[in-house]
Amino acid sequence: MADGKSILVDVSRCTGCRGCQVACKQWNGLPGTRTKQTGTYQNPPDFSHQTFKVVRFEDGRTKEGKTYWHFFSDMCRHCMNPPCLAGAQGDEMIHDDATGAVVYTEGTSKSDFEMSLSVCPYNIPRQDPDTKVMRKCTMCFDRITSGLTPACVLSCPTGAMVFGERDAMLAEARRRVDILKKTWPRAQALNADDVRVIFIVTDDPLKYHKYAAGV
Amino acid sequence: MTNHWIDIQHSDCILIQGSNAAENHPISFKWVMRAKERGAKLIHVDPRFTRTSSKADFYAPLRSGTDIAFLGGMIKYIIDNNKIFHDYVVNYTNAPFLVDGKFGFKDGLFTGYDADKRGYDKSTWTYQKDAGGIILRDETLKNPRCVYQMLKAHYARYDLKKVSSITGTPEKDLKTVYEMFSSTGTKDRAGTIMYALGQTHHTVGVQNIRALAIVQLLLGNIGVCGGGVNALRGEPNVQGSTDHALLYHYLPGYLAAPRTSQQTLESYIKKITPSTTEAKSVNWQSNYGKYAVSLLKSWYGDAATKDNEFGYAWVPKADDGKDYSVMTLFDVMYAGKIKGMTVFGQNPACSIPNSNKVRAAFAKLDWMVHLNIFDNETASFWKGPGMDPAKVKTEVFLLPASASVEKAGSQTNSGRWIQWRYEATKAPGDCIYAGEAIIRIQNKLKELYKKEGGTFPEPILNMTSDGLAEKGGYDAEKVAKLINGYFLADVEIGGKQYKKGDCVPSFALLQADGTTSSGNWICAGSFAQDGKNLMQRRGKADPTGLGLYPEWSFAWPVNRRVLYNRASCDPTGKPYNPKRAVLEWKDGKWVGDVPDGAPPPLAAEGGKLPFIMKPDGVSSLFGPGLGDGPFPEHYEPLESPLARNLMSAQQNNPAILLYNSDKDMVASADARFPIVMTTYSSTEHWCTGAFTRWQTWLTEAMPQAYVEMSEELAKEKGIKNGDKVRVESARGKLECVAMVTPRFRPFLVNGKTLHQVGMPYNYGWRFPADNGDSANLLTPTVGDANAMTPEYKAFMVNVVKV
Repeated sequence: MADGKSILVDVSRCTGCRGCQVACKQWNGLPGTRTKQTGTYQNPPDFSHQTFKVVRFEDGRTKEGKTYWHFFSDMCRHCMNPPCLAGAQGDEMIHDDATGAVVYTEGTSKSDFEMSLSVCPYNIPRQDPDTKVMRKCTMCFDRITSGLTPACVLSCPTGAMVFGERDAMLAEARRRVDILKKTWPRAQALNADDVRVIFIVTDDPLKYHKYAAGV
Repeated sequence: MTNHWIDIQHSDCILIQGSNAAENHPISFKWVMRAKERGAKLIHVDPRFTRTSSKADFYAPLRSGTDIAFLGGMIKYIIDNNKIFHDYVVNYTNAPFLVDGKFGFKDGLFTGYDADKRGYDKSTWTYQKDAGGIILRDETLKNPRCVYQMLKAHYARYDLKKVSSITGTPEKDLKTVYEMFSSTGTKDRAGTIMYALGQTHHTVGVQNIRALAIVQLLLGNIGVCGGGVNALRGEPNVQGSTDHALLYHYLPGYLAAPRTSQQTLESYIKKITPSTTEAKSVNWQSNYGKYAVSLLKSWYGDAATKDNEFGYAWVPKADDGKDYSVMTLFDVMYAGKIKGMTVFGQNPACSIPNSNKVRAAFAKLDWMVHLNIFDNETASFWKGPGMDPAKVKTEVFLLPASASVEKAGSQTNSGRWIQWRYEATKAPGDCIYAGEAIIRIQNKLKELYKKEGGTFPEPILNMTSDGLAEKGGYDAEKVAKLINGYFLADVEIGGKQYKKGDCVPSFALLQADGTTSSGNWICAGSFAQDGKNLMQRRGKADPTGLGLYPEWSFAWPVNRRVLYNRASCDPTGKPYNPKRAVLEWKDGKWVGDVPDGAPPPLAAEGGKLPFIMKPDGVSSLFGPGLGDGPFPEHYEPLESPLARNLMSAQQNNPAILLYNSDKDMVASADARFPIVMTTYSSTEHWCTGAFTRWQTWLTEAMPQAYVEMSEELAKEKGIKNGDKVRVESARGKLECVAMVTPRFRPFLVNGKTLHQVGMPYNYGWRFPADNGDSANLLTPTVGDANAMTPEYKAFMVNVVKV
């Protein structure tokens, strides 16, 4: 397999506008679900078979009393060696050679959903309760194989998300982390060797989301 | 914007104050982040820690309604620490001018105040002049009557301790912001200020902006690349709406609206064309008569002749001194004095302050015509909360309109780029352009007046139909051409021939003799002489390398991308910062952006001053044009937590208009309403949500009204995150969800702990069923002394757990 594609998500540039969350719904024809205001900007509260992209909002104060508000545009990491494939019964889960995208087909209604979810370090796969089909981000497989940018990346106003050849994205990740470290010593690219969707964070990953760096 | 969006990337220090740019102008952060990656520092000053604050290098909290105190402290800091850009201040501002000996300021009032009129006699707000009428000046800036010394004296009271006790901003935070931003008062550094409704939605809104301008002028940041005072306008075309006179007090192109005391065209033109004794001033406003006549020609066509003053008599005249703003409109409507109303693309039932009063006022109408793409709380007011449909007499006509993407036309962004856009798809069913609706109404009125006659039919019957398509329907491009303007006769100007019917390629060619028309002089040049639509241009050439993109669309005025750009050069025309030269005087001509005034730089032969829109040719540190003072002064919001303004005996802006209906209760320093509140918009919704609440991806992300509060306040009130609470003001109440967050903090104001809460105004009862209602049920009917922009941003409430 060639090196394939990658998405780089640099949270230091993310303003939490949620353009990506809405663009994902739009491209994938997913409905807006009925939600409630529960005292947070984060909504919908989590992934579902109708939500492949969720911007997570975490606010708090540092030990020094400085307020922070972290945004984490969560999505499938499209692992280099996807553990979720363990739930596959046959060829219903595709790990695409050319791009490296991990795509669940309609055939996943026969997959072992519990297995796939339990081995996913990032808590990504979800199941349609009616059809039992497993759903998650496809890296906009239908777009990227037609020369288009993933919908979420295209919507990003600040360049927090970029898409391209994996080696270029890895090089960009290294460059960005070097720059960011000057201001945020904790800056790092999360599990860059293992995943295709590489998040750069500037703080303790757990301050963004329980599964930000995997379990 | 004095500058434009792309220019933000060139700034060395970005001060966002009175704006939540990351949330309300997400694309602006493309350029903010680029600036930061170049090493720029981002400062956010705001009552609450927002998505904008999260990206800031430094965040400073301030209590809502205290920006002038904050900025007055900055002015004092800049002067005391000699951070001014001296050359710029002396040459390009009125700092050296000697102020009239009778002018003064005492305990919150400038000279000339008349308490009965709630206004000023401004006759002393002027300068000392010699026998020839020339303004006296002291370029050493030492004379105690010079503007610079008067400015210094005015802000001497704004020391860190006093400012902090008013704003609630810790003294060390004030100092940090002042130090960071005043570092841009040098030739090689540029600082920009981005602001939005957080500055304007106050009883001192215009003076807030004046304070920003004073800071920027002292630092030499106006006219330069990466600088400016940059208003982030609301919806994508709100700049266009003001350019084309959405508001009552001016005509298209910001020409003052005629008043009853100006009965003749001559008297009107005299009023709008200032004179000057300054030989080096271009005084561009002296051309306004040409623009006024060209405007009348565009409205009335051949019916407008020299003999009938080009139809000036047909233009409505507002009574002198009388306010006709939207809040007064609803006050009069509530008093039962208005029979009918047309509402196009608005939702005043949720967007105008004191919604209970607005909604009650609707019920006093006989009829309402409402044009919109969806039903909303205004069109359906008669079945809203507290309304008995059987008792509401108002007949409502809801007309279906096409949405923005279903229309062709121009859209003007905050950077003044007038960009053409195309009809992406036909509107469904009977939906029509708002312009088409207006034409149909106009045609019907003409028909009725012709048939039945009536009082004063001329304004209607003489209205031109030049902008219409052949078959009489609305044609966006023809209307745009009418706005641009035509030559109405074959003429020769400056040795060049222009034929009747040619488009006017620049407002410099407009005439006062009826040989040209222009529906809005600032748009003249949006079409080339041959009729080519320059707003459709999408050229990507970037000759300066600064992202001016002169061949992309058309920027008013005359495709200038940075206003006052001649002030970026020293008096010899050399750019202060050659690394980011917007403009340069080279070999006898200006090179770079379209210069703000063609004459040579100040020191050259025939040289002129750079602020051509000011009669004196320089920018105003002393600004006698406003109604509430030549220097910004801190006053408390109409509803304040403080019983007494800490700065003077004058509690509120003395020049604001007060309303007295039974719906206009005010509770200031009132124990029943101890919490400061502010309102705002979220990223996910647009204005009152009248469009976006019908969009499930957006209501999924921001489903219901909420009130943000600190953990400290929540503890005091026994409120937990996610609890249902009731928010009450003297005028109304509503229930919503509590969002308890460390992003809000109590303020220490005048030695006491003070709480502030905030709420978006994106919600309304109409749809979806359980989303809540408008935050404007709580806001007071009061506005800025100059612009009547409502004080949405600072008032008093209480919050209780339900």
